[in-house]
Amino acid sequence: MYSFNYRRVSSVDEAVAALGKAEDGKLMAGGMTLLPTMKQRLAQPSDLIDLSGVGALAGIKREGNRIVIGAMTRHADVADSAEVRSAIPALAHLAGRIGDPQVRNRGTIGGSIANADPAADYPAAVVGLGATVHTNQREIAGDDFFTGMFDTALEDGEIITAVSFPVPEKAAYVKFPNPASRYAVVGVMVARTGGGVRVAVTGAGPSVFRVPAMEAALAKSFSAAALDGITVAADDLNTDIHASAEYRAHLVGVMAARAVAAAG
Amino acid sequence: MADTGIGAAVRRTEDLRFLTGKGRYTDDINRPGQLYAYILRSSVPHATIRSIDTAAAVAAPGVVAVYTGADMAGAGVNGLPCGWQVHSKDGEPMKEPAHPPLAVGKVRHVGDPVAVVIAESYAQAREAADAIALDLEELPAVADTRAASASGAPQLFDEVPGNLCYDWEIGDKAVNDAAFAKAAHVAKLDLVNNRLVPNAMEPRCYIGDYDPTRGEYTLYTSTQNPHVIRLLMGAFVLGIPENKLRVVGPDVGGGFGSKIYHYAEEAIVTWSAGQLGRAVKWTAERSESFMSDAHGRDHVTHVELALDADGVFLAMRVSTLANMGAYLSTFAPCVPTYLYATLLAGCYRTPTVYCNVKAVFTNTVPVDAYRGAGRPEATYLIERIVDVAADETGIDPAELRRRNFIPKDAFPYQTPVALVYDIGDYDQTLDAALAAIDYQGFEARRAEAAKRGRYRGIGISTYIEACGIAPSNVVGSLGARAGLYEAAQVRVHPTGSVSVYTGSHSHGQGHETTFAQLVSDTFGIPFESVEIVHGDTDKVLFGMGTYGSRSLAVGGTAIVKAMNKVIEKARKAAAHILEASEADVEFADGQFRVKGTDRAMSFGEVALAAYVPHKYPLDELEPGLDETAFYDPKNFTFPAGCHVAEVEIDPDTGVVTLVNFAAADDVGRVINPMIVEGQVHGGVAQGVGQALLESCVYDAQGQLVTGSYMDYCMPRADNLPPVSVSTHVTLCPHNDLGVKGCGEVGAIGSPPAVMNAVVDALSALGVKHVEMPATPQRVWQAIRDAKGAAAA
Amino acid sequence: MSVRVTMTLNGKEVSAEVEDRTLLVSMLREKLGMTGTHVGCDTSQCGACVVHVDGRSVKSCTVLAAQCDGASVTTIEGLAKGNTLHPMQEAFRDNHGLQCGFCTPGMVMSALDLVARNPDPSEHEIREWLEGNLCRCTGYHNIVKSIKAGAQAMRGGK
Repeated sequence: MYSFNYRRVSSVDEAVAALGKAEDGKLMAGGMTLLPTMKQRLAQPSDLIDLSGVGALAGIKREGNRIVIGAMTRHADVADSAEVRSAIPALAHLAGRIGDPQVRNRGTIGGSIANADPAADYPAAVVGLGATVHTNQREIAGDDFFTGMFDTALEDGEIITAVSFPVPEKAAYVKFPNPASRYAVVGVMVARTGGGVRVAVTGAGPSVFRVPAMEAALAKSFSAAALDGITVAADDLNTDIHASAEYRAHLVGVMAARAVAAAG
Repeated sequence: MADTGIGAAVRRTEDLRFLTGKGRYTDDINRPGQLYAYILRSSVPHATIRSIDTAAAVAAPGVVAVYTGADMAGAGVNGLPCGWQVHSKDGEPMKEPAHPPLAVGKVRHVGDPVAVVIAESYAQAREAADAIALDLEELPAVADTRAASASGAPQLFDEVPGNLCYDWEIGDKAVNDAAFAKAAHVAKLDLVNNRLVPNAMEPRCYIGDYDPTRGEYTLYTSTQNPHVIRLLMGAFVLGIPENKLRVVGPDVGGGFGSKIYHYAEEAIVTWSAGQLGRAVKWTAERSESFMSDAHGRDHVTHVELALDADGVFLAMRVSTLANMGAYLSTFAPCVPTYLYATLLAGCYRTPTVYCNVKAVFTNTVPVDAYRGAGRPEATYLIERIVDVAADETGIDPAELRRRNFIPKDAFPYQTPVALVYDIGDYDQTLDAALAAIDYQGFEARRAEAAKRGRYRGIGISTYIEACGIAPSNVVGSLGARAGLYEAAQVRVHPTGSVSVYTGSHSHGQGHETTFAQLVSDTFGIPFESVEIVHGDTDKVLFGMGTYGSRSLAVGGTAIVKAMNKVIEKARKAAAHILEASEADVEFADGQFRVKGTDRAMSFGEVALAAYVPHKYPLDELEPGLDETAFYDPKNFTFPAGCHVAEVEIDPDTGVVTLVNFAAADDVGRVINPMIVEGQVHGGVAQGVGQALLESCVYDAQGQLVTGSYMDYCMPRADNLPPVSVSTHVTLCPHNDLGVKGCGEVGAIGSPPAVMNAVVDALSALGVKHVEMPATPQRVWQAIRDAKGAAAA
Repeated sequence: MSVRVTMTLNGKEVSAEVEDRTLLVSMLREKLGMTGTHVGCDTSQCGACVVHVDGRSVKSCTVLAAQCDGASVTTIEGLAKGNTLHPMQEAFRDNHGLQCGFCTPGMVMSALDLVARNPDPSEHEIREWLEGNLCRCTGYHNIVKSIKAGAQAMRGGK
């Protein structure tokens, strides 16, 4: 790791101020991606601003028909939350399968989506459940949040404060993990709400994406069989030694069907 | 006694320190004034070094020294030696190019060490390395085993045309060809034995220290064989005599072969410590382990098996390309030859076997022995081709094996590939494994799985291995540059407690427990009265170390030989004290007793008499009770057995799930069944890893793709089912203990069992072979191709 | 930059001056001489470095020491009471749940977090929980057995 200045802040305003002063400051939530990246010397921030002391950012609550999860809420707490498990079991299930237990004890929802790793799980939930990302400056629709590989709609100095998820009628998340890293090769969140059906895919492409053809078919008939014959093109999908684009395209179909079946 | 003696599942002595965080691994050791080394490595696979400018690094904060290959060569440091010389079939010795600890002139693989930066802290050393200006002229590279032997391939060494290290053969080709000419059926298969990274959980770590007042060097090293390292590094690389070089291998966190070899970094820290007069520590980061620990396997093979109309094996022929990597690691040349082709008879009466092996250099990390070393490669091809033959002839795979087994009354059995098997009972382990997995009930399970939309398959593998390495005169005639005996010293203290100094080295095997059971049982003294000392050349007189499942068969037998000397001397002393003739004194249950009388002395009483020799035959016997023995084995030992695997395949994703695994192994006499079972469990997991998960991948340009656990798939707990293990004993007839060795059987027997199960599961689709590892993508592709072929 | 970090380590207050970038595992091993916690990889996957921070298992190679200022940290050295092993340690010994011992501290610390959440885990749950802990020696068979036995002993059902 290169040298840096560490600072733990206790409020969002303090974090914004610290960021403003730093030459090349970086916010740290759980640090589960950032620290390994820095250990590999792939990032060299001048200042690391630790948000773990900002108590206001952690916690889960139900607000009407939405589950609101503070940005600094750990994956393990989402997975274990009675509130989440009863309202959106698919989300608890997803959180309970991120990384490994130790990652889930430290990693946070805000950190995960701000990082926008193409193989992360949460992006599928944010888009698939039609969530809203709350920042210190505004609200961003889930569909607009992820703008590319490791890229989001966040501006400089903008800090995620919470993510709110509308409670769906039914939803399920199924992922096909990379055998080595256990990141998602393909992860599919399928959700049906009053407003329709969403199918969001993570892992397969440079960034999370929706599959309109599947959504349309499922809106007509919410069953795995409805997806028969619907394929996604391999053209823009990722390829690595574990999964070619073609294999990923195939897995999108399989995982989507399994998610529909699991959603019941 | 029974609860700690031979055959008892004694809890391990070493566990107390490991479970409380008090283990002492090399990285846990810090020497006064210690400096830290960072090794700058090549990031390209093949290049000429135009220049290395270290001036800015030398001037960086905390830096004490920066050395390059030129510095070490200029100081008279030699290259790393190879411990085994193989001759080609034309009689020419293998090509043995220089392997300097720090690259000289060229770099030949990603990870090849180029320079060492030594600083007050590791962070300073690492940061200073950024300031080294390394000017490389990149050259075309070749990483692939087949491609390296193709004409026009990039050449690693001017003096090695075609990258060919050797072209070796075993067996009578004319006889073999004649037998093939008579075959009713010939089964053929091309297969790859995938390259693996050993991945002991403790990364390699070394500390070189130097005492200028005595002119003495000490190397603390995560090694499997401290004395071998002392010999190789002292005599061949650095020119330090044994009396000035101490090598300590403290607690070592796993080896699996990868910590046998003498590595560049050992020489670098030791030499640097001498240059600087301060201790120098180097600890590998895991990413360095991937690009610098010797890799395993990496064969490309064509095999043919000739059968008569009754399914009796007539002949087998094999041609193999073996990847040596960029340089010859310590024992690399013997792995695809004497540890591989000599096992190609397997458990079968195949009358003639011919094998040709071409070993090639590539721009990859050197390849050497990894758990099983040659024998997994042999077993994999034998057991796959037997299954292919079974499929093609319609004979049940279990029956075809049984029909061709060497019968249990045929031992000793001379194979057509040099070895003489001493004893075995292959039907017994086959029967046991089939019973354990319920072979008869398999078709019902397959049908049930089909209802759930899963393909279920079962696979059998029988195996034999040669271990207990090795008779020195035999291996010497085959090119080994070392003896392969073992040494032991049994020191009986005045009050009857015992310290045993063994040249074997434990890095997880539990020697402190197993050897203590052996000694306590033999001397009739409490288990707690025995101390096992290993891993320090200043304490243990000599040793060849632990690898090739040799510790108990060779090291344990050396202990027995030394104990026998103790007993004989003590018998003489007891006879004198008991005023009886020596022939009348018998030793049993810890008592020296005059036969037929109640006159007796305990082991401890005789020990005391030897050290307080007041009433002692001083005219005939020296005082004291401390004996040494070297044991050179008469033959290899031959563990054998049968593994059966059952898998289910998800046709939609290609995911293979290992659902059932049974191992039935004959490892000879079992001293501690708990430890033996644990060795099998671990070996099976590594074998399943090879079959389903693990593969070291280089891209076409020679870059290492699987450079971390993000891409190299290690077996995890949820990849494995519980493993059924049973042991079945035929006693090795040529060592005192009747033991054979158990460390490698799991890794040898399991890969073909799993792969035969995978192919069996897919056989209804017409799939004939799947390469290892059977990853989801590969299996999905195989299913798709088979369905495509069927539709076409 | 350097920072003074004070924490409760295995029940005792300790303090050390470390660099801002110092990892918790480095502070434990290099500053405090607690070498029971090991480093087996550099990508936060092997789990040899697992310790508890404020009661939860974490990978100490992926936490800054500075983040643990004021925290309560438990390592493998903090489990036994004098010469009496913790029931989970005892279970690993009884069931041969370790060979070379290098992954063992992380395995035991991870297992204790599991049992804290789930006092009676099934074999399947144990295998899933160990996703973040690699062992190369045991094939996991006896580790799983050890954790099951350790959990039972901790429930008082030995």
